[in-house]
Amino acid sequence: MGAVVTVTDSTQRRTPKAAKTTSVFKKAVMAISGIVLVLYLIAHMIGNLKAFAGEEDFNHYSEWLRTIGNPALPGATALWLIRILLLVAVFAHMWAAISLWRQAKRARPTAYVTKKAVAQTYASRTMRWGGVIIAAFIIWHLLDLTWGTVNSAGDSGPYDKLVASFSNPVSTAFYAIAVILVGMHLRHGIWSATQTLGQSNRRREVTVNYAATAIATVLTLGFLLVPFSVLFGLID
Amino acid sequence: MTLTQDGPRSGAPDASEKRGMNLTLRVWRQQGPTAKGKMVTYKVTDISPDMSFLEMLDVLNEQLILQGDDPVAFDHDCREGICGMCGVMINGQAHGPQQTTTCQLHMRSFSDGDTIDVEPWRASAFPVVKDLAVDRRAFDRIIQAGGYISVATGTAPEAHATPVPKKDADNAFDAATCIGCGACVAACPNASSMLFTAAKVTHLGLLPQGQPERNDRVVNMVAQQDLEGFGGCTNIGECSAACPKGISMETISRLNHDLLGALRAGARPKS
Amino acid sequence: MALELFTEGDPIADTKAPTDVAIPERWSERKFRGRLVNPANRRKMTIIVVGTGLAGGAAAATLGEAGYHVKSFWYQDSPRRAHSVAAQGGINAAKNYRNDGDSVHRLFYDTVKGGDFRSRESNSYRLAEVSANIIDQAVAQGVPFAREYGGLLDNRSFGGAQVSRTFYARGQTGQQLLYGAYQALERQIAAGTVEQNSRSEMLDLIVVDGRARGIVVRDLVTGAIGTHFADAVVLATGGYSNVFYLSTNAMGSNTTAIWRAHKRGAYFANPCYTQIHPTCIPVKGDYQSKLTLMSESLRNDGRVWVPKERGDTRAARDIPEDERDYYLERIYPAFGNLVPRDIASRQAKNVCDEGRGVGPGGLGVYLDFADAMERLGRPAIEAKYGNLFDMYAQITGENPYETPMRVYPAVHYTMGGLWVDYDLQSSIPGMFVIGEANFSDQGANRLGASALMQGLADGYFVLPSTISSYLADGPFEKVDDTHPAAVEALQNVQGQVQKLLSINGTRTPSSFHRELGKLMWDLCGMERSEEGLRKALDRIPEIRQEFWTNVKVSGDWHSFNQTLEMAGRVADFIELAELMCVDALHRRESCGGHFRAESQTPEGEALRDDENYAYVAAWEWTPENQPPVLHREALEYEYIHLAQRSYK
Ligand SMILES: Cc1cc2nc3c(=O)[nH]c(=O)nc-3n(C[C@H](O)[C@H](O)[C@H](O)COP(=O)(O)OP(=O)(O)OC[C@H]3O[C@@H](n4cnc5c(N)ncnc54)[C@H](O)[C@@H]3O)c2cc1C
Ligand code: HEM
Ligand code: HEM
Ligand code: SF4
Ligand code: F3S
Ligand code: FES
Repeated sequence: MGAVVTVTDSTQRRTPKAAKTTSVFKKAVMAISGIVLVLYLIAHMIGNLKAFAGEEDFNHYSEWLRTIGNPALPGATALWLIRILLLVAVFAHMWAAISLWRQAKRARPTAYVTKKAVAQTYASRTMRWGGVIIAAFIIWHLLDLTWGTVNSAGDSGPYDKLVASFSNPVSTAFYAIAVILVGMHLRHGIWSATQTLGQSNRRREVTVNYAATAIATVLTLGFLLVPFSVLFGLID
Repeated sequence: MTLTQDGPRSGAPDASEKRGMNLTLRVWRQQGPTAKGKMVTYKVTDISPDMSFLEMLDVLNEQLILQGDDPVAFDHDCREGICGMCGVMINGQAHGPQQTTTCQLHMRSFSDGDTIDVEPWRASAFPVVKDLAVDRRAFDRIIQAGGYISVATGTAPEAHATPVPKKDADNAFDAATCIGCGACVAACPNASSMLFTAAKVTHLGLLPQGQPERNDRVVNMVAQQDLEGFGGCTNIGECSAACPKGISMETISRLNHDLLGALRAGARPKS
Repeated sequence: MALELFTEGDPIADTKAPTDVAIPERWSERKFRGRLVNPANRRKMTIIVVGTGLAGGAAAATLGEAGYHVKSFWYQDSPRRAHSVAAQGGINAAKNYRNDGDSVHRLFYDTVKGGDFRSRESNSYRLAEVSANIIDQAVAQGVPFAREYGGLLDNRSFGGAQVSRTFYARGQTGQQLLYGAYQALERQIAAGTVEQNSRSEMLDLIVVDGRARGIVVRDLVTGAIGTHFADAVVLATGGYSNVFYLSTNAMGSNTTAIWRAHKRGAYFANPCYTQIHPTCIPVKGDYQSKLTLMSESLRNDGRVWVPKERGDTRAARDIPEDERDYYLERIYPAFGNLVPRDIASRQAKNVCDEGRGVGPGGLGVYLDFADAMERLGRPAIEAKYGNLFDMYAQITGENPYETPMRVYPAVHYTMGGLWVDYDLQSSIPGMFVIGEANFSDQGANRLGASALMQGLADGYFVLPSTISSYLADGPFEKVDDTHPAAVEALQNVQGQVQKLLSINGTRTPSSFHRELGKLMWDLCGMERSEEGLRKALDRIPEIRQEFWTNVKVSGDWHSFNQTLEMAGRVADFIELAELMCVDALHRRESCGGHFRAESQTPEGEALRDDENYAYVAAWEWTPENQPPVLHREALEYEYIHLAQRSYK
């Protein structure tokens, strides 16, 4: 019988080196940045609805965006502050999301041959790819309506850009899809955020879920209103 | 007359007298942690609906041994749903179609002619020992990181010195029923051990005796869980749905709450 | 007749209990007389603890805290899986929180009486004495015992006690107590005082110059067979109920550790004292691999009955009150459904033998909660027994809230075990045995909720203080695996492992296990007779013979091989079975769990013979085909005078 191996401590115990950013910390970053983005979207949606008030008001609104706080603050400072905050939020949010994603990949190198999802909602399953698409949308959206680079009415006023963009069914469809994705993302995201921040419990469970659904729906519908109104010529 | 173990003979008709089922099993076979594994197909016949899932695997293994083949390795011990030793993926669900342990799953949940896929828990923190048996000692190391109350034997005060509100005691108990089976990790799309860790953090965190170490406990247990290579939790909820003891998602919220509080209070994982 | 069965050895006695002082002083007196090891020297001493159940887990943690270097071994992947985890009902302690007249002395009295006057007074008293500290310790560890609205601990009455002294955590008391010990153990592992060896099975004991100095262990993952050395060895490996194949024990529960120590010279005491639990889920079919217990606490609210008519096949609910026989309430008006286990079990057997049993094969009696649900309402019942009802429904596919449960007795606990003295030291110096693995405190029958108490008493409080008396002579001179004794033990194990793999016969280990179990249950189970036992003693050697010539074990020794593990355990069960039958045959009296058909009162109650059998039977192993040697330890009763046990 082969050589006798004497068994000593049979656990290869890793010595904990201080985990600098725990997975929960990443989650917190995601939640907080997520909430900033949600707040922005609410404001943004309201702004968009000004399109119904006609070209004047809408351009004024756009103008106003760039002159908030004037003369106290020079030019578009305020807007830039908002933009910077947004950028930070989006990047923090994406950093956390992506590193959690990679951690998950490492945590299960071999996939199951058969795996059934029991509790997982469609919304929670699409958080990641949904997020990526949203990110892509945002970039395209900026090129389209902020800088007008990809917009047929590129150099004209915001209102014209808007009308131009949404008169095109393809573009509208893309917006619609993106907005719906955002809606789903938030449906899970808002609930998830309260959980991540340790604020949900059995009693609140129901309320939090209703709130998440409500916010998500209002935002989705609110955003969809403008593009379709343009498409169906309610706004021109 | 003495009890014989040949099962029922007379009296009321009984499930085990129903016709047995014939099943096709597709079982993950893997020689060792580093070996490559694959699904292998077996047939089992005349399976009684009253058998437990593990007794069905016993039948398969008896066949294999007599054929001189290597029987399927799987972990089990108490076979009454309390030790947490058993646990396999059955048709893509941890512990199978019912919210119970594999040993308490009975064949009456399947029907004649079914094909059943059987796989081990899959997570890099749970390396495969052989076939369906995995190494779950990462859970013990998470407990070592702080899943206890430091009270040396003999130093305890009189039990009635600290009353505990019944509500807290009951909630602590609910969390304390976790049997460390690992189904939460197996079911989680992120292979996260969050529910297991949260159950212990909640159990001890709800009791007055657990307060002094509350902050360090949560910080160190979560740090260890990341070091073991588990995934992060993104609140998907598969874990709780698969948990044979029904540990609730609320425990995860409580862990997050305690952790963020502890970090704010300056608690840091010890290196 | 005696000669062919066994040979007489010298009597033995427990020399450690200070019987010169009154019983309430004995434990503190022993601790005072015992020698101590100064903290500085403890680090230099290694203690091997095999087992992480309540006994082993508590001991390893406590010895680690004390500063010894502890090596802990267990066969599962995690210490938290020890079968203590399955204990449901509760744990006794003489706290007298109910102010119902309980006291250390009453718990002591109940234990000795419950044990049918076959346990040591000194040990039983000490057990009752430390019981209170156990609760304090567990609560401090965060064990979530059931509480009342006032926030104080709840108690219930349990297993033949007329006071409420049982502490419980729903139906999972063992689980919660074990996790307390497990967490204490993991804390010491993290602190580096305890070295962990999971999935490791002890296969032999290494005895050097008459002292236990180490063990031979097989790493169940790599298959590596190696040696471990220490200044003392503690066995906490649990009970051997699995000798009956079907029992409430875990599949891996085994006698291997204590049996191989027995073959190295440790005496085995009262092997035939086994406990049959009255309320288990009846056997369903021959594929069955284990039996599941329904906690005895159910008898607090459930009423046991069978139809008055034999062969009554009506559904339970269709049988009117006046055609039901609540036989326990009828025969034992004072205790009713709460009579001790051995009595409840035997009566169940009797009514079934009369042909009044219910369910498949007529092997069951009803445990009915209809009245209790009337009285307390379903929610109360759910709160108390919810998890047990669920377990029952899960296994049987029946709903116990609507139809009464069907239960039948099953083997559950073994009072017998390795012989130990008051210090829990076996007949091999340096080897200590704690928990269910020893024979000490329970006599011929264990009261409900007393095993958890004993395991934790041994592990937390008794062993850690008595072991120092022995270690005070240490550290003993170093031994390593070049020592002849170690080499011999190692080769012994390797030889056996290779033999098992080489036979390559036509029967699986578990088929032998099933055959042995059925034989033991039929002939050495609830009722034992001269004739039956002799039949068993003829048959067992044949089974052993066939096993060693016709068993088939696939695979190899140097990898994870569960068939090989099982084969080794079955081999030991076969040998143990023979000794159990010899012990059962030699004890021609009925006492507690040991019921001899030849020895009963006119009403069919167990009839003791204190004249001839008021002793502990400690068996010494002898090589193949030589009758074992019997050493008697006489039992004296100064504080409780022997009386026929009556629960009428
Ligand atoms: C279903 C059930 C319910 C029960 N309910 C109650 C109750 O309500 N109240 C009560 O007081 N008692 C109860 N009991 C009895 C009580 O639970 C046991 O007697 C007690 O827990 C035994 O504890 P232990 O530490 O001695 O052994 P176990 O808890 O059985 O631990 C044995 C340990 O030894 C290890 N081991 C075994 N063999 C080897 C080997 N060869 N090599 C290495 N390691 C080995 C195992 O890994 C394990 O860690 C119940 C028992 C059962 C089965
Ligand atoms: C379909 C509905 C939407 C419409 C009609 C719309 C319209 C606009 C318009 C007109 C602008 C330019 C404002 C200006 O520069 O004057 C703008 C900017 C912007 N939109 Fe939208 N938007 C919509 C949806 C979204 C969504 C879903 C997001 C995010 C997920 C988003 C993110 C942004 C951002 C980040 C800016 C840049 C703000 C700035 O810094 O100027 N928009 N949007
Ligand atoms: C319009 C912009 C966005 C908003 C308003 C938003 C909002 C949120 C919120 C509130 C959450 C919940 C955080 C938590 O669970 O604690 C979340 C989660 C998440 N977001 Fe976003 N998000 C946006 C864009 C993105 C983008 C661009 C990505 C691309 C990677 C992304 C990926 C994710 C992922 C993967 C989660 C994980 C789910 C979770 O952790 O619970 N999101 N998002
Ligand atoms: S939380 Fe549930 S699933 Fe996870 S280990 Fe504990 S009992 Fe198993
Ligand atoms: S499924 Fe996984 S993501 Fe979190 S909630 Fe459960 S651990
Ligand atoms: S074998 Fe113990 S829980 Fe399944």
